[in-house]
Amino acid sequence: MKYLYFIFKNLTRKKVRTSLTILSIMVAFLLFGLLRSLSAAFDGGAEIAGEDRLVTIHKVSIIQPLPQSYLAKVQALPGVEKATMANWFGGYYQEQKNQFAQFPVLADDYFDIYKDLIKLPPAQLENWKKNRVGAVIGRALVDKYHWKIGDRIPLIGMFPQKNGSTTWEFVIEGVFDAKTEGADTSGMLFHYDYFDKSRQFGEGTVGWLIIKVKDPKQSAQVAAVVDALFENSFAETKTNSEKDFAKSFAKQFGDIGLITTLILGAVFFTMLLVAGNTMAQSFRERIPEFAILKTLGFSDITVMLMVLCESIVVCVFGGVLGLLLAKIIITGAAVDFAATLPGLGMSWKIMTSGLLLVILLGLITGAAPAIQGLRLNIIGALRRN
Amino acid sequence: MNFNWLSQIFIISLMNLRNIPQRWGTSSVAIFGVACVVGVFIAVLSMAAGFQRTMSNAGSPNTVIIMRAGATSEMSSGLSYEQTQLISSIPGILKDGDQLLSSAELFVVVDISKKSTNTSANVSLRGVMPAAFAVRDKFKIVEGRNFEPGKNELIVGRSAQKQFNDLAVGSTIKFGQTEWRVVGMFESGGGLAESELWCDAKILQAAYRRGNSFQTIRAKLESPGMLEDFKAAVAADPKFNVDVKLETAYLSEQSAPMTKFIMGVGYPLAMLMALGAIFGAINTMYTSVSTRTREIATLRALGFGAFPVAFSTLFESLVLAFVGGAIGSLVAYFLFNGYTVSTLNFASFSQVVFDFAVTPALVKQGVIFAAVIGFIGGLFPAIRAARLPVATALRDNG
Repeated sequence: MKYLYFIFKNLTRKKVRTSLTILSIMVAFLLFGLLRSLSAAFDGGAEIAGEDRLVTIHKVSIIQPLPQSYLAKVQALPGVEKATMANWFGGYYQEQKNQFAQFPVLADDYFDIYKDLIKLPPAQLENWKKNRVGAVIGRALVDKYHWKIGDRIPLIGMFPQKNGSTTWEFVIEGVFDAKTEGADTSGMLFHYDYFDKSRQFGEGTVGWLIIKVKDPKQSAQVAAVVDALFENSFAETKTNSEKDFAKSFAKQFGDIGLITTLILGAVFFTMLLVAGNTMAQSFRERIPEFAILKTLGFSDITVMLMVLCESIVVCVFGGVLGLLLAKIIITGAAVDFAATLPGLGMSWKIMTSGLLLVILLGLITGAAPAIQGLRLNIIGALRRN
Repeated sequence: MNFNWLSQIFIISLMNLRNIPQRWGTSSVAIFGVACVVGVFIAVLSMAAGFQRTMSNAGSPNTVIIMRAGATSEMSSGLSYEQTQLISSIPGILKDGDQLLSSAELFVVVDISKKSTNTSANVSLRGVMPAAFAVRDKFKIVEGRNFEPGKNELIVGRSAQKQFNDLAVGSTIKFGQTEWRVVGMFESGGGLAESELWCDAKILQAAYRRGNSFQTIRAKLESPGMLEDFKAAVAADPKFNVDVKLETAYLSEQSAPMTKFIMGVGYPLAMLMALGAIFGAINTMYTSVSTRTREIATLRALGFGAFPVAFSTLFESLVLAFVGGAIGSLVAYFLFNGYTVSTLNFASFSQVVFDFAVTPALVKQGVIFAAVIGFIGGLFPAIRAARLPVATALRDNG
């Protein structure tokens, strides 16, 4: 305890310098928190994607539809617990910038297959099923557009209806919430039947199939069986685990992970140098003091530990401040970005790795002066004055 | 002393700069800090600049793009053959001899793997008729030949060939069950088309079961001034239900979300890093002032003014920042300029291949940025230098 007081006194001796050092470390870890969260959000789909779910798309490209008859065939395969289908709708609300995801689905099956990620109150599900033009929306959409149950929402979609109009009307019948942190609630789901019977072209086709396998260990085999089933047909398929699907989709944006790592590398190196240099300098100035401490009977190890402690205290103080600030900013931004970047959030994993880095930074910056302190020759150091 | 301030400033600043080697450690940290900030700043924004350049190079000011009303991209549009014929006959579209410069096109994506990651990517595949080549001024086949109508042949954009697997001229590539032969490679003024693959529209209609439908029309108007008349003529016929947009407007719409996103990340990132660099610079300059305490006091005792002393500190900080800024810009230029990447443009759901572009405008911004860091970093230490009490400072033996 007395050492802590001593360290504290030392730190407050040059307040400007100490606060500047703390601030620069804070900035480094603020950036760490922000960039890591951003990069995690890009890979977010893959993080929470179920191991036991497969996605089947047209082999040529995801925009090619599959015949609806594939669903029954897949469902009959051994190893498949349940299968369902969905389609892309590509609509927007009033203005083009208000784009969000909408999928025509089979109500019961969809919520059953995704029951680990999203939940809809049973009463709302029943109401939704009774309304042909009904739709359910995710919590993030409610936060963004403030829609409520009973609202009539016209969306302009990429599919023209039989009468040529591209405006589709929906009635909100329910709101679904995320069950797991990071689950996407930025979309809208509506009845496949309404969609399929009303559209001008493409009737009887689906965008992709979602398959739940009985045994996650057999995912690869089931995927192979599905693709073999449709081989040499006019619509060949490509089946992957949802995780791989999400991962490869994230990769389409480019290597976000690599870019953030590069930037973070540059930031860290700079901050390390700035903070390290300042601390080293402050120790150099105090070498005679350390000599006096040693003369008074403090051991080599104690002096070394004190130096190390000082640098760790500075780093922890700045680092924790930065991480907390990042957490606050990310939590605030998550609402605004819910539609464009669902799953934006600073997980405990990021927080913990940040804390470990903070301590590591403290050890590295304190190492050189600490060793100097350990080896300090009293006579030589005292004479330096 | 009968020096004027100007010569005082000159003398002290010069002396200061000459002494930098004595404070090499802290000075290089300040330089390095600024260099990193400016480097990251330019690197991130050069991504946005390159993306925008690719998107805007493609547009021509009197070309319009016609899509189904409400369609957000070429992909989500659809036009029947009859519609394309009727729209093309509306007056105002330019003629080149007998050929009407109106090109009905199909736009789909195919899964091809990226060279860098070997993961699949949505590559644009455009089905075109002969008019497509006449509508685009800068289009030029630079290797091989054009595709023959009625055959499963592809021509590929220069950027697409660089970025994706199996697109060398002469190779074959399989989409589903059909094999395609790559017969040529084209350039299109560095624009978006260079990220695409092109083939015969009729073949693509059959392969994608599109009947005799198209998705968009690109047409060249007789003059940019014709736009409003043309729009009115199209709107007058309820059969059409289409939107007419200038190609340049369409492309900037398409690039906006991505550019905004990069800038939205890039600027705050640079600001935060700059904050860190400013702290570094302030520390460096405080150190510089404190190691020169006696020197400054001596100068003051000799009759040098407070302002020249302060200015010299500020000047030193600015010089360090400029050197850092220059190093950062150069490193960013040599590392990133022309570096080719591709990303999924969400608006069109397809890959756009582009080069990082370290433009003069960006370098200018970087240098200004460095100057701001240098100024703020030097300001407070400069004030301290000016306020040093001469008598006590002379006694200082540190």
